[in-house]
Amino acid sequence: MRKTYLVWVALLVLAVIGSVAGTMYYLGASTKNRLLISTTTSLYDTGLLDTIETEFETKYSIDLNFISVGTGIAIQHAQRGDADLILVHSPTDELKFLTEGTGVNRKIIAYNFFAIVGPETDPAQIRGTTPFQALSKIVESGRNGTTKWVSRGDNSGTHVKEKSLWRAAGFNLTTLTKESWYINAGSGIGETLKKANYFSAYTLADVGTYLKYYKDGLISLKVLVEQEKDLLNVYSAIAVNQTLHPTVNFDGAMAFVRFLISDEGQQIIEQYGKADYGQSLFYPAVRLLKENTEPTIAQWIKEYAFFNDTECPPEYRKGYPELYN
Amino acid sequence: MHSTLGNEIIDGLIKALQLILSGDPTVMEITGRSILVSSSATMLSVLWGLPAATILGLKRFRGRFLLKGFFNAMLGIPTVALGLVLYLFFSKAGPIGFLHLLYSPSAMIIGQAILITPITVSFIASAIESVDPEIKDLAKTLGASETEASIAVLKESMNGVVLAITASFNRAIAELGVVLMVGGNIAGLTSVLTTTIALETTKGNIELSIALAIILLLIVSVLSISINLIQRRKT
Repeated sequence: MRKTYLVWVALLVLAVIGSVAGTMYYLGASTKNRLLISTTTSLYDTGLLDTIETEFETKYSIDLNFISVGTGIAIQHAQRGDADLILVHSPTDELKFLTEGTGVNRKIIAYNFFAIVGPETDPAQIRGTTPFQALSKIVESGRNGTTKWVSRGDNSGTHVKEKSLWRAAGFNLTTLTKESWYINAGSGIGETLKKANYFSAYTLADVGTYLKYYKDGLISLKVLVEQEKDLLNVYSAIAVNQTLHPTVNFDGAMAFVRFLISDEGQQIIEQYGKADYGQSLFYPAVRLLKENTEPTIAQWIKEYAFFNDTECPPEYRKGYPELYN
Repeated sequence: MHSTLGNEIIDGLIKALQLILSGDPTVMEITGRSILVSSSATMLSVLWGLPAATILGLKRFRGRFLLKGFFNAMLGIPTVALGLVLYLFFSKAGPIGFLHLLYSPSAMIIGQAILITPITVSFIASAIESVDPEIKDLAKTLGASETEASIAVLKESMNGVVLAITASFNRAIAELGVVLMVGGNIAGLTSVLTTTIALETTKGNIELSIALAIILLLIVSVLSISINLIQRRKT
C-alpha cells in the first residue's frame, strides 16, 4: 500500500516537472526575449499590430506577444507587472499611470479621430452637427424611443472619451446609463460596432476601426459627426518601470518603442490600410509634433495629450534621452 | 442578412474542408496546440484524480461524503470564475507570480487540469462504486493484497474510467474562460481553438471561425465515437 502511494507521488511529481519542462522547451527561445504588450483593441482589431510585428521581428530577435484588451485593463496588467509595455489612448489615465510611478518613457506614436457613427437614416438628425449637439439630439430621440446608443462600457480609452463627451455636453452619466435606450456593450471596439449595427444605434468609434469594419462589409453604419477637435484620438506607448517590476523586459520595450517612432515604424502606420481602405486608418504623430508639419493638429494634440507642454515630463523619463530630442 | 445564414454555414463548411485538407499552417498550429494543451491537462488531472477517486470510491472514511459533495459541486464550476482566480495567482503580483507562468501554455495546462479534476474524480469514483463490492472481497479471499484488490476493482470499472477521461478532455478542449484569462490568446503562443473562434468572430472572419468551430466539433465527436466503438468491441 505504502509503496504504490509513493509510486503515485513520484509519478505526479514527474508529470508536473515534465509538463512544465516540456512547455518551457516548447516555448523555446521565445521565453528568452519575449515582449508582452497589452494593447488597446483598436490597434489590434484593425490588424495594424500584426503588420508591425512582422516587420519588427525580421529585424530584432524579440518575440512580440500582444494581449488585446482596452486601455483600462492594459493599465491594470501593467500595474500588476504582467505587461512590459502598453499601447493606450486615454491621456488622463496615462498621466495617472505615470504619476503613480508604474509607467515611464511615454511616447505619442499616432493619432486619428473618433467619430459618432449611426444608421444611415439618422433618426436623431445629428449629421453635420457638433459632437455636443449630436449627443443632446441622441438623448432626446433616445427618450422618445426613436433611437439607441451603444456604449463600450469597458473602461477602454474610447469609453473614457465617450464619458468625457457626455459630461462636457452637460449630461449626468449615472442617470444616463440607467435609461433603456443606453446600451452597455461591455466589449471591444469591433464587437461594439457590430452591436450598434445590429440595433441600428449610434456609437462612438475611432475612425480607423470603423473604416475597416465598414469596408469589410461587417457594418452599414455611417460616419455622421467627425474631424472635430473634440474628437481627437491620440495613441501612445508607455513602458513599465523596471525599478517597480524588476522582471519586466524594459530593454525590449524600449527597442519596440524606438522602432515605432522610427521613420520605418511611422511609415508602416501611415501606409497601413491605404491599399485596402483608400485612406490611412491611423496617422503617424512623431514628425508632425517634431517639425510642426500640420500646425493645427499639432496644436490640438498638444492641448489634448501633452502634460506640462511635453509628451512625457522629465521626472517620468528613464534613460534613452534621444527619445525626446 | 438572415437568409444568408445557411450560406454562411455552407461556406464555412467548404472553407473548413479546404483549410483542413490544404494543411493551412495557422489552423494546424492552433488545432495542434488545443490538442496538446488539453491532453496534457487531462493527463495531469488523471494522475492526481485517479488515486483520489480510487480512495473515494473504495475506502470508507470520515468526511468522505463531504469530499464527494465538494467534487460534485465543482463539476459545473464556471470557467471564467476559475480563470479569474488563476489569473490572480499567476499574475506577477500574485502568490506564484515568480514562476512566470502567466500567458504561457503551462498556465493553460495547469488551469484546465484544475478545471476538469472534479469531472475526473467524480466520474471515476462513481464508476468504482458501481462495481459489485463482492469483487474486492473475492479478490481478497483469493489472496490478493489491498492494493491488488483495488486494482481488480479498477479493472472492472475500466469503461467508466475511460468515459471519465473522455468527458474530462472534452470539457477541457471546449472551454474558453480559463485559457483566455491565463493564456491571453497570444497569436502563435497561447491561441487555441476556442479563443481564436471568439477573436476571429469579433474581427469579422466568420468563415475562419466556422471552420475552427467545425474542427473543434470534429475532435470532440470523433474522440467520443471511437471510444464508444472500442468499448463495444471489447464487450
